[in-house]
Amino acid sequence: MTLGKTIIEKIFSRHTGKAVSANDIVVSKIDFCLGQDGTSGIVIDSFTRMGAEKVFNADKMAVIIDHSSPSPNEGVSRIHKKIREFSLGQKIHFYDVGQGVCHQIVPERGYVVPGDLVVGADSHTCTYGALNVAATGMGSTDVAACAATGQNWFKVPESIKFICLGKLPKGVYSKDLILYLIGQVGADGATYMSCEYTGPVIGALSMEGRFTIANMAIEMGAKFGIMNCDKKTIAWVKQHSKRKFKPVTADPDAVYNKVLEYNISKITPQIAKPHQVDNVCPLAEVAGTPIAQGYIGTCTNGRLEDFAEACKILKGRKIKKGVRLIVAPASNWILKDAMKKGYIAALLDAGATLVTPGCGPCVGTHNGVPSDGENVISTANRNFKGRMGNINAFIYLGSPATVAASVIEGKIADPRKYLK
Amino acid sequence: MLLTGKARKFAQEDDINTDYIISGRYKFKIQDPNELATHVMEDLDPGFFQRRQDGDFVVAGQNFGCGSSREQAPQAIKYAKISAVIAKSFARIFYRNAFNIGLPLIECDTDQIKDGDELAVDLSQGLVINKTQNKRISIKPLPPVMLTLLSDGGLVEHIKKHKGFALK
Ligand code: SF4
Repeated sequence: MTLGKTIIEKIFSRHTGKAVSANDIVVSKIDFCLGQDGTSGIVIDSFTRMGAEKVFNADKMAVIIDHSSPSPNEGVSRIHKKIREFSLGQKIHFYDVGQGVCHQIVPERGYVVPGDLVVGADSHTCTYGALNVAATGMGSTDVAACAATGQNWFKVPESIKFICLGKLPKGVYSKDLILYLIGQVGADGATYMSCEYTGPVIGALSMEGRFTIANMAIEMGAKFGIMNCDKKTIAWVKQHSKRKFKPVTADPDAVYNKVLEYNISKITPQIAKPHQVDNVCPLAEVAGTPIAQGYIGTCTNGRLEDFAEACKILKGRKIKKGVRLIVAPASNWILKDAMKKGYIAALLDAGATLVTPGCGPCVGTHNGVPSDGENVISTANRNFKGRMGNINAFIYLGSPATVAASVIEGKIADPRKYLK
Repeated sequence: MLLTGKARKFAQEDDINTDYIISGRYKFKIQDPNELATHVMEDLDPGFFQRRQDGDFVVAGQNFGCGSSREQAPQAIKYAKISAVIAKSFARIFYRNAFNIGLPLIECDTDQIKDGDELAVDLSQGLVINKTQNKRISIKPLPPVMLTLLSDGGLVEHIKKHKGFALK
């Protein structure tokens, strides 16, 4: 008797041409690989040291300058130059400063489609799991090996199935849901695993909301965070990509390490407190905590829908004096759309400041660094000590609506009171 | 292979993330791994680099190396002349990165090791010997893939030698 397979077991079986199961070690071809400016310098060094000359397929690799973009100093400029020369020389897809965060660019420009296996030199590569793609972050040398050979080795992971039942209440978003789930399982609750997110709550989410969830699988230690392909996925992919694809679904008798069921109908806005992403509590517990800076952006929550939600609250209101709000759209396409819809004007009118599409202040390397003792409320995915560039600052994570409500009051505030 | 040195533990044992191992502030600016190494563990334990000695072991609890995919994290540890990291468990990307660049990782029960203990690690026998406490701690055996990569001298050498992957 053969046992049923999970999504991830099926993707690896398809890519290796044999039936593989969890814990098998396989060498598999990959469909796409990528790097960003913080990691690609070492990708290039390792690639050269391997004796490789040409990328296995120039159409299947992208490099994006997004983390320190535009460059804040000559050290970074040197790295950018090296990356730029390599990318142009190899004729791979190259995105220079200001075009956006890698994890927005790669799906948005249609490079990945359902059923793919993708490796990126960035831990949040798991974001594309929202598109039914097996995508995972690896180190630079691993990505260099992918670039040189079109392959890598993998341990086929076991899977955890999350079943999200019920309906998200008003003022509660996919960000609150994923923070809640991370709080439940912990920062290492899914180490080495593939998380399959299922249930009516996931089905009801927009693709943008789904990206937010898949993005944060790594914050539970997971290797993949993957979803089924439904009508919404297909429509989104067709709108963004010309590639043909074959979605993958789990067998009904697939074997899971764990099946976790949650009723989401009663959850409230959630906050991850400093300095751990799994240090999650209902917003009510920290409401009133003073904040000095808000940030809306990143590969987690820098999409059009996020600005729409923030604008619902901020339009016609003002940010509290002495508080700043930094906004970084996840790509230049999103920036243009947000301008057309009037979101950017509304945010600027409220007192926000707009920075280059890209990672923005997320990783503390080029702008938006908080001061000693300051609290920040951010839509990012990490709140580690020092993450935004100052070890003496404190980062709270929440939804774009929560950030919007909080910058109006200058303290952590529940967005639901602004949505009546 | 026998490694010897002192155990270096931190106030925080679990979930030591890659931002703590080497901050983003430095990894984007500094390309020289020897210079990067002088900032290793700085945000968690300022002055760590000055205090540690060549051959010491970093000793931690669960989920060491969680967070970002930066290869500069194991690199900074390796160039700080730490001979191995000993922890109860490791985060996945860090685990691969370390073996790819030739930094040994050892999984065992680290509750039996205190800061400052003199350790000897015998990788071939799968043992950590705590000389200070006179204890022998067994190591979780390394998967064959990792042994192949380590014996080839890391992933770059593996690919160079075999002109591609030659695992299993
Ligand atoms: S936005 Fe933040 S989390 Fe996302 S890729 Fe950039 S630095 Fe990483």
